[in-house]
Amino acid sequence: MATLHTRSTARAMVAPSVILLLVWMIVPLAMTLYFSFQRYRLLDGGELRFTGWRNYERFVTNPTFDPAVINTLLLVGGVLVISVVGGLLIALLLDQQFKGRTIVRLMVIAPFFVMPTVTALVWKNMLMNPVFGLFSYVSRLFGLEPVDWLNDLPLLSVTLMVSWQWLPFAALILLTALQSLDSEQIEAAEMDGASAFSRFIYITLPHLSRALTVVILIETIFLLSVFAEIFVTTGGGPGTQSTTLTYMVFKEALFAFDVGRASAGGIIAVILANIVAIFLIRLIGKNLDR
Amino acid sequence: MARAVSTRRTIVLTIAGWTVGLLIFFPVFWTVLTSFKTEGEAVAIPPSILFFDWTFENYAEVQERSNYLRHFFNSVVISVGSTLLGLLVAVPAAWAMAFSPTKNTKNVLMWMLSTKMLPAVGVLMPIYLIFRDLGILDSLLGLTVVIMLINLPIIVWMLYTYFREIPGDILEAARMDGAQLWQEIVHVLTPMAIPGIASTFLLNVILAWNEAFWTLNLTTTNAAPLTAFIASYSSPEGLFWAKLSAASTMAIAPILILGWFSQRQLVRGLTFGAVK
Repeated sequence: MATLHTRSTARAMVAPSVILLLVWMIVPLAMTLYFSFQRYRLLDGGELRFTGWRNYERFVTNPTFDPAVINTLLLVGGVLVISVVGGLLIALLLDQQFKGRTIVRLMVIAPFFVMPTVTALVWKNMLMNPVFGLFSYVSRLFGLEPVDWLNDLPLLSVTLMVSWQWLPFAALILLTALQSLDSEQIEAAEMDGASAFSRFIYITLPHLSRALTVVILIETIFLLSVFAEIFVTTGGGPGTQSTTLTYMVFKEALFAFDVGRASAGGIIAVILANIVAIFLIRLIGKNLDR
Repeated sequence: MARAVSTRRTIVLTIAGWTVGLLIFFPVFWTVLTSFKTEGEAVAIPPSILFFDWTFENYAEVQERSNYLRHFFNSVVISVGSTLLGLLVAVPAAWAMAFSPTKNTKNVLMWMLSTKMLPAVGVLMPIYLIFRDLGILDSLLGLTVVIMLINLPIIVWMLYTYFREIPGDILEAARMDGAQLWQEIVHVLTPMAIPGIASTFLLNVILAWNEAFWTLNLTTTNAAPLTAFIASYSSPEGLFWAKLSAASTMAIAPILILGWFSQRQLVRGLTFGAVK
């Protein structure tokens, strides 16, 4: 049906987006790749010299690298567990009828709209401060020793902050998926004498499987680049205790101004993210074919 | 009997629901509350709840000390500007892909999505250097463009999922009547597309408003939007919780309200149409 004329018009309409994204993706990425094989330090004259794999070697053998990878995995894994399990429970709760459900839903999704730097500073100061923070006040109420969250448990602190931000996302998406569940199916199972637990396992959970996958994959993409929460609270410390891969690259880049090594780190981060991205893209691609 | 059970069930659910809701919302509530306290009361132990001398001083002082409105204005320019620019480029693209799909359309969409998965640190150094050489570090123009580009895939995708739901028959009818592509767009379909465009606009203003990687790395003072400005409160010298709270309240209030209005679109936009 589409004539040659409309087809070329259509192409012209798509072109600006494609060209912009192509430039945005290819040019800097190519530069990063190029820099990653160069010795290039801004504080040191800034001359470029080919060094082969040296930047990669030095990035990977940096004593910060191992903790950074482990911290990244712990942070992403921790936030995923808290936000997905918590989000599922909240979604199940919000799917029930009760008084003021609409208002509760508004309260639950609120953290998602709070900018990361505000979240980080509010948690760091007003909640987690070991002397004046609310957490320490509450633990003293119960006769417990207050915890110096950001010094003693820096990674857990960041994990809690980030989980608070992503819990609403998981809850909202799972709730949306729950609401599309055919209630007749549940009722039929109920009449057949299936317990609430087995109804959940055999009907609800399979129905949610795709939404769950989407939540996990999308959160992973975003969580791999958590930055602001670390930047304004712990600065990656104490020591390397809360340094993630993203934060490590940032430090190499804008603290040490070692362009070569930061670029090698950037490429490593890109490769890691791509492994996740492949799964996500396949999943969403399948959805397009419906 | 059945009624008694269901009433008890409703009561239990209501209590559970409100407890969870209030707990999750608490940090936001606490921030807003603290913004009306004096600095002394903000760190008081036990904490003062509701019964304290309410004051608006912090709001005035935040503005006086650091020209808060300027950063607020930067946030508005960057988030609205980047979204409008994005829409300008994305609407035609999403339109063409939804209504005149070719065999490549799916691949193009997938590829666009994949650019969103590029971690920002992967391109931090080149962007920083390019910006430095162009002299647009710490400029509104530079940030607006970067934020537009990082959100462009989401904008195209969201629009695409909305446009696809517009019935194609209408388009066929218009074509039979001899309408040109641009005529179809202006007279037939734009009215049907406005809600989708509006939702996309809202979600992307929210995302751009809260973006905190590029804003922190590419600005210092001039172009710093609220995300970067608030970060300046992380300095260890003294505790200014009341002022931090006032600055934070003003930074999150507009977007929280927008967010509450667009919660449905949020699901759709952030899952690239996979869940709606």
